[in-house]
Amino acid sequence: MKLKTIMLSTGAIAAAASAYAAGHGMADSMTLVSWGGAYQASQTNAYSDPYKAEHDGLEVVWDESSNEAVAKLRAMNEAGNITWDLVDVVASDAIRLCDEGLALEIDHDEVLAAAPDGTPASEDFGDLLVSDCFIPQIVYSTTVGYRTDLVGDTAPTDICAIFDLEAYPGKRSLEKRPINNMEWALLCDGVAKADVYDVLSTEAGQDQALAKLDTIKDSVVWWSAGADTPQLLADGEVVMGSTYNGRLFSLIEEQDQPVAMLWDAQVFDLDGWIVPAGLPEDRLARVMDFLYFATDTQRLADQAKYISYGPARASSAPLVGQHATLGIDMAPHMPTDPANATNTFLYNYEWWADYRDDLDAKFQAWLAK
Amino acid sequence: MSDASQAGPVLAADGTPLKKSLQRALRAQKLRALALIAPLLIFILVTFVGPIADMLFRSVENAIVSETLPRTVVALEDWDHEAGEAPSEDVYRMMTYDMVTAAELKTHTRLGSRLNYETTGISSMFRKTGRRVDDFGEEYTDQFVALNPAWEEPATWVALMAASTDPFAISPAAEQALPETASIYADFAKTIADTKGDSVTEEEPWHPVYLALYTDLIANPDAASAFSGESAALISAAAAAVPTFEVTTTKDLFVKADKGWTDPEVWGTIKAFTPEYTSGYFLASVDLKKSPDGIESLPEDRQIYMLLFKRTLFMSLMIMGSCVILGYPIAFLLANLPMRTSNLLMILVLLPFWTSLLVRTSAWKILLQQQGVINDILVWIGLVDDADRLVMINNQFGTIVAMTHILLPFMILPLYSVMKTIPPYYVRAAKSLGATNWVAFWRVYFPQSVPGIGAGCILVFILAIGYYITPELVGGTTGTFISNRIAYHISSSLNWGLAAALGTILLAVVLILYWVYDKIVGIDNVSLG
Repeated sequence: MKLKTIMLSTGAIAAAASAYAAGHGMADSMTLVSWGGAYQASQTNAYSDPYKAEHDGLEVVWDESSNEAVAKLRAMNEAGNITWDLVDVVASDAIRLCDEGLALEIDHDEVLAAAPDGTPASEDFGDLLVSDCFIPQIVYSTTVGYRTDLVGDTAPTDICAIFDLEAYPGKRSLEKRPINNMEWALLCDGVAKADVYDVLSTEAGQDQALAKLDTIKDSVVWWSAGADTPQLLADGEVVMGSTYNGRLFSLIEEQDQPVAMLWDAQVFDLDGWIVPAGLPEDRLARVMDFLYFATDTQRLADQAKYISYGPARASSAPLVGQHATLGIDMAPHMPTDPANATNTFLYNYEWWADYRDDLDAKFQAWLAK
Repeated sequence: MSDASQAGPVLAADGTPLKKSLQRALRAQKLRALALIAPLLIFILVTFVGPIADMLFRSVENAIVSETLPRTVVALEDWDHEAGEAPSEDVYRMMTYDMVTAAELKTHTRLGSRLNYETTGISSMFRKTGRRVDDFGEEYTDQFVALNPAWEEPATWVALMAASTDPFAISPAAEQALPETASIYADFAKTIADTKGDSVTEEEPWHPVYLALYTDLIANPDAASAFSGESAALISAAAAAVPTFEVTTTKDLFVKADKGWTDPEVWGTIKAFTPEYTSGYFLASVDLKKSPDGIESLPEDRQIYMLLFKRTLFMSLMIMGSCVILGYPIAFLLANLPMRTSNLLMILVLLPFWTSLLVRTSAWKILLQQQGVINDILVWIGLVDDADRLVMINNQFGTIVAMTHILLPFMILPLYSVMKTIPPYYVRAAKSLGATNWVAFWRVYFPQSVPGIGAGCILVFILAIGYYITPELVGGTTGTFISNRIAYHISSSLNWGLAAALGTILLAVVLILYWVYDKIVGIDNVSLG
């Protein structure tokens, strides 16, 4: 009799527990995809660890595949087996994924938390919502770092130092793709900032940019991984080079190298989340819950404690504090800091989505010559 | 013997012809053999051959255009690109129907990025237009509703369109009298059911449905005769009113969304890529272009693939050659030294083989770069001026050095195992018959080691031709391979068709070279030991 009661009651508890789980309908594990390294560590610290602390028994798996996320997501979609729940990609990839129908379109105001003062998410993120599928996390910039000990007495102050072989002889490293390089070349060839993409839309404008790049072609080391330029700068292999501002921050502040940053004409870009299309309901519910948590004002500001990228919400900026281990103020190291952002360049997503394939062919043909 | 040649077939003991009986016995044996290898065979077919074939098939597959724009494709058949004018209003109207369905299914942007590979700008045209196309025809809706509010009611439409026998099918009468409306209404019904689970009984049709109704009524003012009751009255009232409607052409609506839609080039591209299979990707991978006017060569500043194919072949041959030159003496030493020493040397050969590829490549960076170990030493001993350090990396030289090092074990191991089997007394015999060292080696030893060279060369060449990590890291601009572009198209540009075409060509080149090798050297003459 007693045994039966116990069995009955455990059965009831089990049933209640499963009913509870079903009621909530959330999967108890999720797979997040990011870039690995310091950036992923900052996300773990700022987003997933606090979330896990609130949700017992939740398993969070990280996959360091953001680099090939677009191709892998397409393959998963074709195979009908989506194993990722949330994917960190740059904005241009998010647009591509959205175009391909591989990312879920979301209503930002419905899915994301409002700012503490009640501003809806879509206004808080503002212009940074470049795609219906994209939830921005950070603003990063591609900017130039230079060796303070190799540039002589006058340190470079503007972007055109890249093209000035007389004042700054030596090698420089640039990314092995047309994006950013073409824009900088035109800016330094006398084209006004507002006209850059109009000029670049014409065949003559593209030739003009490549002609400008031709003047330094023999002195350029072309990089394809974000870690290349910091390494080349540390080795003294190049005098200056373009890379992401967070990489330069860690080179300068954490590794103490004689390197300084040239914020001039830094190109803003965005990195953020997309939710893969076609997730089963329980996993979607879990990921939406996490997304609501991880993209609120405080969480985005927290991430800046670990890495020098600017939070994507306007309301997060005043909350940015000090670096978690170095103890220095992070605000002056943000690309969005007013002192750094005196001359910035906005990456035109729509334009590059159109011209990327064609210009890349032209750029690679030019490189190979 | 004589029996057999005289009469009938030779019989087995049980009376059946011997040939048949033998075949039966052999068939059983073959089946058993097949059953033994079946698991492996199926495994390879499913996990290796199948996916590769599927990937290569993408190089010609092009159903996306005709699937996404079925009506436009048909309407474009009569349009002549040569005239240099934008197509007629009919084409734009068909495009409206196709586009509104595609936008609802979110396939229009996919088609946009597909066509953007061919003509720059199409991607954003599709994206922009897709955002607005559901408003195309709004003024028709307004005017129909102003005429009679019943047009707003989903029930009106169901009564008009649905067959009485099957509510999920379009009635033959509607199809006959209002063909365009019926067709787009059917798409509307299917799309809202598939994407949102909605039913036509609750949803007001898309604006383009009203556009279709307007077009049908202009073309067939007598449409009401096909219907009865309330529907007939509704239709005949509408048919009487439509000539007075104020209308904008759909062409204008498209142009308002993006002015690129007037460009005949855009329509030419759509038309050129309507067939389900296309040669476009293959043409693109040999620097040609499939255009509305036929095949033309790409502008010179965009030609890259032929150059890369040639470079890949040239550099793979260079790497193969350096591997032979460096590997042969080492393998010779390994095969002829006493066991103890040769084992030690063997470990030295294998050690890098067990080290990560990335580590080895990065090591070469540290050695070869301008502020690297080799340059430092050269400057230190005074061979090279400090201001004039050697450029040894981020070019072809760096790639060849690093890849030769990485692939060297693949040359040494087959060479070693072949040389191990060459009996030393052949050379001794040659020498005792008066041959010099060189003659003994060249005439006696070397020919016996050729199978090893062949195996090593094939291994190294085929591995080299498909390499991409090392060239990407140390190749700079002049040392990259075709595989780097394939990787780019797979992972970045998502142009898998082009990647598949490039891969197919690369595979064909390898097979041709293999065939040539077989003709010249003989594939039987290859030995791994």
